[in-house]
Amino acid sequence: MIHSLFLINSSGDIFLEKHWKSVVSRSVCDYFFEAQERATEAENVPPVIPTPHHYLLSVYRHKIFFVAVIQTEVPPLFVIEFLHRVVDTFQDYFGVCSEPVIKDNVVVVYEVLEEMLDNGFPLATESNILKELIKPPTILRTVVNTITGMEKGETHRELPSWLPTGQLSSGALAKDWIDAIIDKSGSTITAEIQGVIDACVKLTGMPDLTLSFMNPRLLDDVSFHPCVRFKRWESERILSFIPPDGNFRLLSYHVSAQNLVAIPVYVKHNISFRDSSSLGRFEITVGPKQTMGKTIEGVIVTSQMPKGVLNMSLTPSQGTHTFDPVTKMLSWDVGKINPQKLPSLKGTMSLQAGASKPDENPTINLQFKIQQLAISGLKVNRLDMYGEKYKPFKGIKYMTKAGKFQVRT
Amino acid sequence: PSLLILQMRNLKELSVLLRKNASELFPAVVKNVASKNIEIKKLVYVYLVRYAEEQQDLALLSISTFQRALKDPNQLIRASALRVLSSIRVPIIVPIMMLAIKEASADLSPYVRKNAAHAIQKLYSLDPEQKEMLIEVIEKLLKDKSTLVAGSVVMAFEEVCPDRIDLIHKNYRKLCNLLVDVEEWGQVVIIHMLTRYARTQFVSPWKEDDGLEDNEKNFYESDDEQKEKTDQRKKPYTMDPDHRLLIRNTKPLLQSRNAAVVMAVAQLYWHISPKSEVGIISKSLVRLLRSNREVQYIVLQNIATMSIQRKGMFEPYLKSFYVRSTDPTMIKTLKLEILTNLANEANISTLLREFQTYVKSQDKQFAAATIQTIGRCATNISEVTDTCLNGLVCLLSNRDEIVVAESVVVIKKLLQMQPAQHGEIIKHMAKLLDSITVPVARASILWLIGENCERVPKIAPDVLRKMAKSFTSEDDLVKLQILNLGAKLYLTNSRQTKLLTQYILNLGKYDQNYDIRDRTRFIRQLIVPNEKSGALSKYAKKIFLAQKPAPLLESPFKDRDHFQLGTLSHTLNTKATGYLELSNWPEVAPDPSVRNVEVIELVRKAKKENPAKKFYSESEEEEDSSDSSSDSGEVYNSLKKLCSLQLICYASNNTVRPST
Repeated sequence: MIHSLFLINSSGDIFLEKHWKSVVSRSVCDYFFEAQERATEAENVPPVIPTPHHYLLSVYRHKIFFVAVIQTEVPPLFVIEFLHRVVDTFQDYFGVCSEPVIKDNVVVVYEVLEEMLDNGFPLATESNILKELIKPPTILRTVVNTITGMEKGETHRELPSWLPTGQLSSGALAKDWIDAIIDKSGSTITAEIQGVIDACVKLTGMPDLTLSFMNPRLLDDVSFHPCVRFKRWESERILSFIPPDGNFRLLSYHVSAQNLVAIPVYVKHNISFRDSSSLGRFEITVGPKQTMGKTIEGVIVTSQMPKGVLNMSLTPSQGTHTFDPVTKMLSWDVGKINPQKLPSLKGTMSLQAGASKPDENPTINLQFKIQQLAISGLKVNRLDMYGEKYKPFKGIKYMTKAGKFQVRT
Repeated sequence: PSLLILQMRNLKELSVLLRKNASELFPAVVKNVASKNIEIKKLVYVYLVRYAEEQQDLALLSISTFQRALKDPNQLIRASALRVLSSIRVPIIVPIMMLAIKEASADLSPYVRKNAAHAIQKLYSLDPEQKEMLIEVIEKLLKDKSTLVAGSVVMAFEEVCPDRIDLIHKNYRKLCNLLVDVEEWGQVVIIHMLTRYARTQFVSPWKEDDGLEDNEKNFYESDDEQKEKTDQRKKPYTMDPDHRLLIRNTKPLLQSRNAAVVMAVAQLYWHISPKSEVGIISKSLVRLLRSNREVQYIVLQNIATMSIQRKGMFEPYLKSFYVRSTDPTMIKTLKLEILTNLANEANISTLLREFQTYVKSQDKQFAAATIQTIGRCATNISEVTDTCLNGLVCLLSNRDEIVVAESVVVIKKLLQMQPAQHGEIIKHMAKLLDSITVPVARASILWLIGENCERVPKIAPDVLRKMAKSFTSEDDLVKLQILNLGAKLYLTNSRQTKLLTQYILNLGKYDQNYDIRDRTRFIRQLIVPNEKSGALSKYAKKIFLAQKPAPLLESPFKDRDHFQLGTLSHTLNTKATGYLELSNWPEVAPDPSVRNVEVIELVRKAKKENPAKKFYSESEEEEDSSDSSSDSGEVYNSLKKLCSLQLICYASNNTVRPST
């Protein structure tokens, strides 16, 4: 199935290659480079590129292209899903997935890749199992983590920090994401909530866990980690599983569309260009809407300004902002929202002199986080352990985040 | 000594060998294959597989070590020895491999049997002449009841002998029942294989009045045949229980976290389930849209194909296909495609409002695609044709040239479809000729004026006059349309345009492009009467101003489902190497009894196997017992157990230090 794998960095160097069958020459990547050139932006490179003798399937993550070479018909998602699994595994092993880290750990990388595929067919792709076959470079990892401070992104590494160390424990973090498009007048065009439950389990023996919800009916569409027994979910709406060790994603869910989505923030905006003048007005204010009394934090506002905008002179009431005159990207790191004193960003935009005003007002993208609240209302009822005699520490946390949250202006 | 040196060295150095071309060190490295240190052993394996093809003679040095390891009491050592041995691409060891595979396929450990299934494909690619022997092994392994083996052996089946569908019969029910417990990658392969199988073994569950597909079929058939068919279908259709079994057993897999599995089930439902049941896949497919960009791309393509035939499936999820400004362009255009397919009388007004936002997008390529979409909506839904046309005309005063050009092209197509009185729009467009520079748009406007020259009798000659002036600097595409316009005017209004047309024809005669010279000659002969011109020129007017059929604005995804959904061929819309066609449903179902398994034989076999087991260690018995598990969770857990076993063997290996 998968013949070879090439890792290509953003400047177009192949910095790692691995072949599971006979060796395929690097020159096959030339077709990929051609496509890359045509696409101008990395994320527009087509994931499937046909060449005379091979097909190149690629994913782009962490500024690295993972290009798989295949020779015959195969479901493209099979390869794409596998490549994503490779990236996840690297991230799990090394904390970050970047060119220098992969180069430094090249032994482990080769060993892992060798275990993941046999003759191009996936063999062991579960990170927990791989880790027992090949030890991750532990000392190095901690060093890297402390020095670089490590990216705190969407990884489920946020989880163990609040679990007691050195104790048998199991914890789960339920995370809701709100995807929404809000139109000019502030009304919601589309909004939906999806979420995941990430678990971190440090238990000995073969514990058999069950997790039940107060309101399982909220969950409209779910997908499970392979350890979950599907039949018990079908009949009793209970998650029953023997957990793997460490971190894993237990469940992803989608909240049924019948429930109205509470939108926790609003954005007031006044962005105007005038035909005559080369100055435009810019003003946005962010405020809390339906937050159930919780604070909104980690607010970041980004917006792609039209090409005609040369520069912006803005003053934020809190936080810091940047504007990149080349990419025209405005970014405002707001931080917490204080309901008494709403954060705002005001000022002027200088436009290209003589040019007509841009057709479109920019779209505002919003990121935020609310701790201790699952906006969908999902609640875990209890977590029980069978099959072992000891009493572990158990914990559950909730969080709400903005997914793809856009405000059109 | 070299062995010692290598062990003393940092492991990292060995890995450096992997990156560079390090084949000259081959002999030194290969000697280490006997090393007891498992870490070194593994690296040597990696190295060996990489360079064996280039250094065949030396690679043979290691073979005896593997042969010994194949008899090791530890199942993991047996498995990895087989794995590496079969990866060494040296033709001379083919017989050894064949023997090893045969033995491993009868091994008591399912893990070793799994590796045997993988080895089959490797040997087949090294020496295709072994096919017959390998098929025997596949046949044997297909009977295996372990979930670990199922995926791998079906993979081998697909690669070596996908046409030997007869091998599947007896194992069909077992595979259906095992499916939930097989590891996710194996599930994908098995589901695709079973889809093909079902299409050859069961009769169609799709009823006569089930929609487009059948209507199209009837179109090609003579009336008599059709009658026969309906007669046949009047018999009540009952689904083969085996067919039902497959559909029922794959359903839980829609909940898989693996996008490839979900897609595989979706295509299975699309291709083999009754049409009334296909609907359940939409929710899961829409869920996949929240995944990475690459997954979205593939899933959207498949939804696009499905949504053409079955609008209803995805209508409730209309808003999931709304475009976000942060989507990459390729995702945006695919979403537009789907929105167009889903548009109907009820939702078109909402959609048009949404499109208005898209047209203003900073991504001009996307804005242009939106305009085409509006055009397609306008043709498909007659209620909104005028609204769309008005909207498009407004866009003609847009500042962006790409937007204007695209609008012109789409308006041209729309006007052609309804030759009502649209004089105003044509006049408006004639004015645009002064400003717009995009060749396709200019050509479209000229063509439109030519076609309607009798409706705009005052403007048309003037346009021709202007074009005569700029002829030499125009694009080839535009020049051809100028010639056409000239010809049409010459035929309808020769008094005003005779000289102009002749001037243009003269210019065309000496053009650099020979298509244009050719066209000029052709037109001149046809329209300008002279003694040589034959009977044809009498009909010139009929030829040039004939009613032209309106272009069909069609989706590029129409009829793409003759490729099995979810395949590479479907994505590329061409047949990929090794693509296996889905056959049409058979008219009469083949004998279903071939799938019956004699139970008695099984019992006898089990009895035979039982005493043998006792000779092996307990741990392996445990392995086998986990096979009978019936829940997906159990497989995972058995794998976990397997790993802890491996750890134990690592530990024991590490305590024995090499004696050199």
